[in-house]
Formats: sequence, structure tokens, C-alpha cells
Amino acid sequence: MAGALAWIDKMIAMKTLYLLVPLAPLAGALAAGLAGRALGRAGAHRVTILSVLVSFLASCVVLADVLQGNVFNGGVYTWLTSGETRLEIGFLVDRLSALMMVVVTFVSLMVHVYTIGYMAEDPGYQRFFAYISLFTFSMLMLVMSNNFLQLFFGWEAVGVVSYFLIGFWYTRPSAIFASLKAFLVNRVGDFGFVLGIALILTHFGTLDYAAVFAQAPAAAGKTVELFGGAPWLLLSVICICLFVGAMGKSAQFPLHVWLPDSMEGPTPISALIHAATMVTAGIFMVARMSPLFELSPSALSVVLVIGAITAIFMGLVALTQFDIKRVIAYSTLSQLGYMTVALGASAYSAAIFHLMTHAFFKAVLFLAAGSVIIGLHHEQDMRRMGGLKKYMPWTYWTLLIGAIASAGIPPFAGFFSKDAIIEAVKLSQTPGAGFAYLAVLSCVFVTAAYTFRLVFMAFHGEPRFDAAHPPHESPAVVTVPLVLLAIPSVASGWLIGRVVFGDYFGSAIAVAPAHANIAHMSGEYHGLWSYLLHGVSAPPFWLALAGIGTAYYLYRVRTDLPKRIAIALGPLYALIERKYGFDELYQWLFAGGARLLGAGLWKGGDERTIDGILVNGSARLVGWSSGVVRLFQTGYIYQYAFAMIFGVLLIMTWFLFLAPRA
Amino acid sequence: MTTPLPDFALALPEIVLLAGACALLIFDLFARGERREGSVRFAGLVLLATAAATLFVLLGTGGALAYTFNGLYVADVMALLLKLGATLAVALALAYSRRYLHDRGLLKGELLALLLFALLGMMVMMSANSLLTLYLGLELLSLCLYSLVALNRDSPVSTEAAMKYFVLGALASGLLLYGMSMIYGATGTLTITEVARQVANLQANSAQHGFLVFGVVFLIAGLAFKLGVVPFHMWIPDVYQGAPTAVTLVIGTAPKLAAFAMAVRLLVNGLLDLAADWQQMLVILSVLSMAIGNITAIAQTNVKRMLAYSTIAHMGFMLLGLLSGVVGGNWLNAAEAYAAAMFYTVVYVLMSLGAFGMLVHLSGKGFECERLEDLKGLNRRSPWQAFIMLLLMFSLAGVPPTAGFYAKLSVLSATVAAGQIWLAVVAVLLSLVGAFYYLRVVKLMYFDDPAETAPALEGERDARVLLSANGLALLVIGIVPQPLMGLCFVAIKSL
Repeated sequence: MAGALAWIDKMIAMKTLYLLVPLAPLAGALAAGLAGRALGRAGAHRVTILSVLVSFLASCVVLADVLQGNVFNGGVYTWLTSGETRLEIGFLVDRLSALMMVVVTFVSLMVHVYTIGYMAEDPGYQRFFAYISLFTFSMLMLVMSNNFLQLFFGWEAVGVVSYFLIGFWYTRPSAIFASLKAFLVNRVGDFGFVLGIALILTHFGTLDYAAVFAQAPAAAGKTVELFGGAPWLLLSVICICLFVGAMGKSAQFPLHVWLPDSMEGPTPISALIHAATMVTAGIFMVARMSPLFELSPSALSVVLVIGAITAIFMGLVALTQFDIKRVIAYSTLSQLGYMTVALGASAYSAAIFHLMTHAFFKAVLFLAAGSVIIGLHHEQDMRRMGGLKKYMPWTYWTLLIGAIASAGIPPFAGFFSKDAIIEAVKLSQTPGAGFAYLAVLSCVFVTAAYTFRLVFMAFHGEPRFDAAHPPHESPAVVTVPLVLLAIPSVASGWLIGRVVFGDYFGSAIAVAPAHANIAHMSGEYHGLWSYLLHGVSAPPFWLALAGIGTAYYLYRVRTDLPKRIAIALGPLYALIERKYGFDELYQWLFAGGARLLGAGLWKGGDERTIDGILVNGSARLVGWSSGVVRLFQTGYIYQYAFAMIFGVLLIMTWFLFLAPRA
Repeated sequence: MTTPLPDFALALPEIVLLAGACALLIFDLFARGERREGSVRFAGLVLLATAAATLFVLLGTGGALAYTFNGLYVADVMALLLKLGATLAVALALAYSRRYLHDRGLLKGELLALLLFALLGMMVMMSANSLLTLYLGLELLSLCLYSLVALNRDSPVSTEAAMKYFVLGALASGLLLYGMSMIYGATGTLTITEVARQVANLQANSAQHGFLVFGVVFLIAGLAFKLGVVPFHMWIPDVYQGAPTAVTLVIGTAPKLAAFAMAVRLLVNGLLDLAADWQQMLVILSVLSMAIGNITAIAQTNVKRMLAYSTIAHMGFMLLGLLSGVVGGNWLNAAEAYAAAMFYTVVYVLMSLGAFGMLVHLSGKGFECERLEDLKGLNRRSPWQAFIMLLLMFSLAGVPPTAGFYAKLSVLSATVAAGQIWLAVVAVLLSLVGAFYYLRVVKLMYFDDPAETAPALEGERDARVLLSANGLALLVIGIVPQPLMGLCFVAIKSL
């Protein structure tokens, strides 16, 4: 009895904690956003950092509780009930979401602290803090959801905050353009996503994860007819629709175009939203939906191929860019491609693991790049950097750690997660796996090359910046988060035995027996040490070293070569440098087409037909008849009298001769 | 053989009012002072006493149907409630326009007496149970109104309007009398309840039926003139515009209640069995009124004239309620439909009181607020008045949550319940046209710059308070329509 009571007490306490995790940042956002002027700059950052800190600590407690084997799945508030459908706010707190909560709140906390230094001069200081706290709230709602509706809410909320933040400097036309682009491209993805959710609601009659997953196996053979043609497997349609949403949010080919442009936003945002957390929402969502995706081999195949294309082709673009943030942005695209490939190969745990390590090392890379940008007075072109190592040692060393992790050199975090993915793809039998394996393997070389190209161009060699304004190391609020993030960039990889090969995720992720590549791999896992030794003898490691060596050779030894290679490759180089022309194509086809259509509808449809004929036309008709009827009102009394007599005659005629007799 | 004395107590309101009006005439002879404060106060007291007497009778009879004067006079809940409403409307009109009348030297004993006698005429109409009583009340009312319009006899516009009103009114009276004589010819009685009994028995005889319908046409012509529906509406714009605004305020409000009572007495009390016939006539009148009223109002630049056309449209809309009562000889929905029409009329009178009252209120010494441009930028000059006017215009246009919306809604639902879907559609479309000119007033008040010549507002406080109460009442009735609707329902049930 006492035990049961204690258990109930604990449940209530945990539920409060779950609520605290998302609501604390929301309260911080509201305080900084609505009362920012009264709080002042310091007040705004104090309240938001405190709120995120609370959220982070609560998340850690939740994680510890979840590690005990507790899972919470329940509603906290019924929003509305319509017929059979209940729309709820609810939490599903299991090992997957708890891990995400910790990662999100940790990176968010670091970014909050970093922002104090980065945005110190900005007039929109309080607004910025309000936005990033609001983002943290939205992301947590997305991650903790136990139903599709709340997932969609979080999905759209992070999207809209991302839109606000890309256009944070709203006086810059390029920022406005980029925010609009991100918003519109995400709309395309969200359209697929909402279609997928609608299909789920139609066919399963519920939006609750657990209920949908329970019904999914029974619906495995169900087909739907689209366009009246051949029947489609229902689950494939649902999964592909959901994945279209993930493609938008996680910037997968061909909906990737918005992410590089989103670098128009302040750098902390690039680190938090466009590298570490929001863009991984798509990865998280697919992992969360693993019970559905596992039932649809064709959807998995689509995921695999899209991920592979994104990984290799976006990595190549990174080699040709000179804007330091854009290089990292393309690197992000490429790494997201890795995660997607892992999803396609049913290696969900590897995908989430890479998501986690990537969140740390990419945040380091971005924040360090931001530090460089402040140090150089808002210079982002790597051709005007060089030799920064001695001016900004803290920034250099943390960035180097991030770069090594990103390149996949053991024993840094990136090595473990990437290696697990490559192994899983190698074992995968999903159609397209051969191509994907080739892509991710060659991408290791590309990743190492572009990462160290950045390192060598920015920090080594001759200084190319304006000597009159020498760079300076950033303040502690910037460097401390860098160091704090650099630590998990090294160490988080060592958890591989637990997270990927152990039974960490348990029931949170479902893998069909036919796709049990990870399970197969864990059979061969004999501890961290032997995994390292094995890794050193495998091709990815050597490819990474080769990539670093190539970068060294081209950007330290023969600095004239890159230009000559570019000229020698000619059109091919131009194609890659222009990002395969997707921007231009979309600009011309969709933006231009939409504008043409809009102009047509506006001029022809709205102005001429609706305004001209329907609205103004009817108004003109009424006005005209008004003028005519008015003429009857002559003011002559005999005409008035005549009208009356005429009226009597009219009614009488109607009555005596015309009316239908009952 | 002795004739038993009639029950005078039932006619107490009329008796009090008649005595009061006569006393006022004498009182005013001896009254001093330019402002005639004593006379105005006296008139106010008479109105108060009349209202008290009406309430007394209402409580005394407990709503039971009662006839007196050998069946010439009927006291039922509808008559008594309408009398209360008319007394209130006249009192409010007097309160709104006191300063206006005084500024123009029109505040004389004659005006007060004419007002009281007009009210007496309305009351007689409301309680008429005989065609003759009805006619008597109508003529008393009309003669008073003719003289009221001509009160400002030095103004050529007013005299012309009075002349037109008089000549056309005489013509309409002639038509009405002719119709009454035919009813008498067909049924051999003037008592309305008796007419109803005869009509019920006469149904089979088709020659008699034709004769009756012939009479009904003329009755309706007279009725339509009083209501001001097309094509018997021609006098309305000229009279509304030509009369001093304070008189327009009187003509446009309380007499509508009397006209409604007259319609109910004649058509519902007397000729319900001919509903299939007169309903069709009302359809024609109603549609024509809504169309011509709403469309012509758009072209007006004078607010009084615009509101005149709006009256025509509103009366057409009200007829929709009256013509939806009986469907194929079945009057299950009749009470709802007639109650909706009564509600509509009462709400319309309130709106009209407010709108014309506001015009009177905004007019100053030597300045008539009657053109649309006089309302320009009112919000800048006096925001509260502009807000009340906004409420009035929204209500007239039928924008929720004002009373005008609920009135339209209840009439429309009666129309739809009667299966006249197309009529409801036409009514809604024409109301949409009507919304234009009401909202134009709002636009002028809120979005245009005030004209430079606009004089400062000088309206007095009590009128402002009453006007505000009037405007806000529309909002309250719109939100809580049930009490008033319930009263209308009880009134119709008491017939």
C-alpha cells in the first residue's frame, strides 16, 4: 500500500517535471518578449537562461528516470473532442524523447549563453532571447508529443520561429528573401506532412502514436487508389507523405535549398536551429515513426536514396564555397543526409546517435565560426581570413576539435556515429543500399576535405585580413560555451556501446527482423577498444585521413592548385559551385511561375472579373438602377397619386386574373 | 329598455390622454415664458399618466381579451403593449427634440396638443374592433400629422410636403373607405370579429369571395399607404425630408406601431380566412418595397431622405413576417410569424427614434444636420455620439449582435418556416444592398475628415443620455432578445 502511494506520488512529481520542461522556456520567452523593455537587456537574458537551465536540469532528471526503465505515455489536457476523435496535448516520454530533450536543452542553453556575447551590440537583444526560448519550447513540444497533432503543432511552431529568426535583421533584403524562401520551401514539405497525418486520421481514426502503431501491422496489406490508377500500399503512401515533411524540415534533396540561405540569420541561430536541433526534427520524426516505416520497404528505399543523394552532392558543394557559414551549412546538409541514409537502412539508433554527436560538433563549428565572424568585425569570406590561429587560440582549438569530430577521426564523436552508419548501410538489403554505401563512403573523404579546407584557409597560412583591424579573441561568454560543447564533441561517441549496440532504445524504436542490421552489428561489438582498432583498419578512416591530407596539400602546400583544378574542371566545377542550379531553377520555375500565375489571377481574375464585373459591376448596376428609380420620384403630386392608383390596379389585376386559384 | 353602460375602465388610457390633451390646450393659454417649460412638463405628465393608465388596465385585465362600447373597442395585450410603446416613443421624441424645436420657435402649445392628439389617434387604432373605430383613429392621427408637418408654415418645403401628404393621405383614406364599404357589403357588418365570422362562413360562395377580395385590395392599398410600402410610398421621402426633423422623428416612429396594429386588426383579426389572398398581395408589396427602398436609398445625399427610403425597405421586410403566418390554410406557425413581425416593428421604431433623434441632437441653432457630409468625421468631433450612431447604423443594417440582426433573423426564419425560401433569399440580398448605405454613414463618421464648416455640438445632456440609452438598448436587445420577443409572442397570442 505504502509502495503504491509512493509510486503515485512519484508519478505526479514526474508529470509536473514533464510539464516544467517545455513550459519553463515558454515562460521565459513570454517574459522576454512581452516585458523585454521593462526587464532590460540583462534581465531578458537572465530570465531566459534561467528558464532554459531549469528545463535542462529537469530533462536530465527525466533522462535518469527513463534510464530506470520508466516510460510515460499519457494526455495532460484534452483540447477538444469531435465525434470519435479526441485532440489532446500529451507526452510520450521514453528513451528516445528523453535523449532528444537533453540534447535540445543542452545545446539551447549553450547558445543562450553564447548569444550574450554575440548579440551584445544588437538593438533587438530581448526579442532575440524571446525567440530562441520560444524555439526551445516548440522543439520540446515536438519531441515530447504523444500524438500527431501536437507533433504538427511543434513542427509548425519551430518553423515559424525559424522564419522569424532567419529574418531577424528584417531591414536586410537578403534576410527577408531568405526567411521567405525557408518558409515557402517548408510549406511544400509541410503539405506532404499534413497529408500524411490526414491519411492516418482517415484510416486509423486516431492521432495517438500508440494507437496508430498498434493498428499499423493490421493495415500492412491495405491499399489505396490514388488518381484512380494502380493501387498503392497505404502505409507506403503515408510514410512517403510524412517523409516529404521530413525532407522540408531536415533540408533533404530536393527541398534543401532553404538551408544555406538561412545563414542570413544571426550565427547562434544557425548553430541552434539550422544545425543542431530543428533540422533534425525530420530525422527524429522518422525514427519515432519507425513502426510505420518498417512496414513499408518502398518508403525506406526512398528515404535511403534521398539521404544518399543529399549526403554526397551537398558535401561536394561545400568544397567550392568561400563563405565560412555556408561551408558549414552545406556540411550540415551532408551530415543530415547521413542520418537519413541511416534511417533508410533501418539503423534508427545510429541515426539518432549521429544526430546527437552532430548536434554537439556542429554547434561547436558554428559557434566557433561565429566567434571568428565577431573577431573579424563581421567578415565571413574565408579568402580574407588566414593565420587566425595565433589571434584566437580558444576559438581555434575548439573549432579544430569540432573539425576532427566532423571528419570522423577516432576517438572523436563523429567517427563512431558515422562508422556505425556506414557499416549498417553496407549490411542493408534495402533497394538502393549499394548506391548509398558508395555515396556515404566517398562522402567521408569529401567531409574531411571540406572541413580541413576551412581550418587551413581560416586559421593557417598568411593573414589576408585588414591589418589595420587585427582580430581579437572573443569574450568568455563566447568561449566557455565553445569549450563546454567541445567536450561532448569528443566524448559523446564513447556511448556507442550503450546507445547503438546496447538495448538503449528498447521499445521506442521498432526494427523489422529483416532489417536488423544494427542487431547484427551489435553481435560483433566487443567493447570500445576493439571497435576503435577495427575502425582504424577500415577504409573510412583512411579515406578521412586522405581527405585531410588533400586539404593540407591544396591549401597549405600548393595553394595555386585549387584555382587550376577549378579551371581544369570547367563546367563541372561551375555546376557544383552554382549548387547544381537548383536555386535558379526554383527561382525561375516556381517563384516565376507562381508570380506569373498570381499576376494572371490578380489582373484577370481579381481586378477584371471579381472586382470589375462582380463587385464593382453589381455596385454599378445598383447605382445605375438607383439613379433610374430616383427619376420616378419627380415631386409632382399627380404622379404620386397616379402611382398609387396604378398600384391598386396592379394588385387587382393580379388578383382577379393572374393569381393561381387555390 | 335601458342600455347598460359600457365598461369605461377598459378605455382608461384614451380617456386620460383625451382629458390631458384638452387640459393642456387650456393650460397653455395661460402659460408664460418663451421656453414653454410648463407646457412641456405638463405634456410629459400627461404622457406619464397615460402610460400608467395603460399599465393599470394591463394589470387589471391580466391580459384577458375584453370588448367594450358594444364591441367597437377591444382591449387585449397587443393593444396595450403597443400603446405603451407608442407613448414611450412620443415621449422620447419630445425629449430629443425640445431644444431643436425651441431654437426654431416651433415649441408651442399647438405642437404639444397635436402630438397628444396624434397619440390618441394611434391608441384608438390599436384598440379598434370596428372598421369605423379604426377609420376614426386613423383620421385623427393623420390630421394631426398633416398639421405637424406644416407647423413651420413659413418654410416652403414644409408646406409643400404637408400639402402632398394631405392630398395623398386623403386619396388613401378614400381607397380605405371604399374597401371597408365593400367588406360591409359582403358581410353586412362593421365589427371586425363579426366580419371574421362571416368570412369564415362565406368561403364556399365564390361570387361573394371575389367581392371580398376586391375590397381587400382597397383595404391593403390604404394600409400600405400608412405603412409606406411601394407603390404607396411616394409621400414618404418628400414628407420626411420636408418636415422639420423633429416632426420627422414623430412621423417615422410611433405611427408605425399604429400601422402595424391596423394591419393586424384588419388582416389577422378580420380576414384571416382570406390569408391565401392577401398574403400574395403582401408578397408583391414586400419585394417591391425592399428593392426600391434599398436601391434608391443609395443615391441619396440627404440623410433624412435616405432614412425615408430605409423606412420603406424596413416596412417591406416587416411584411415578410405578416405574410408568412398561414401556409395552405394551416396557421401553426402564425403566432411565431406575427410575433416576429411585431418584434421587427418595435425594434425598427427604436432604431428610427435613435437615428432621427441623433440628427435632431446634432443639429444646432441655424444648422440642420441632414446631409451626409454633415456627418463627416463625427468621430473626431464627438466620439461618443459617433459610437451611438454606429450602433444605430449597424442595427439598421442588421449586423450582429445588434437588435436589428435578431429582428431580421426572426422574420427570415418565419419566412423560411413558411417555405418561402426564395423570398428569404431576395430579402437577404436586398438587405446586403441596404448595408451599403448604412455602412457608408459609418465610414463617413470614422474615416473622413470633418468638414471645416461643421459647428460645435450643442446638444443638451438629458437628450444625450436618453439617446445613449436608446442606442445601447439595441445592443442589449440584440444580445438578450428573449424578453422582448416573449412579450411580442404573448401579445400575438392574446388576439
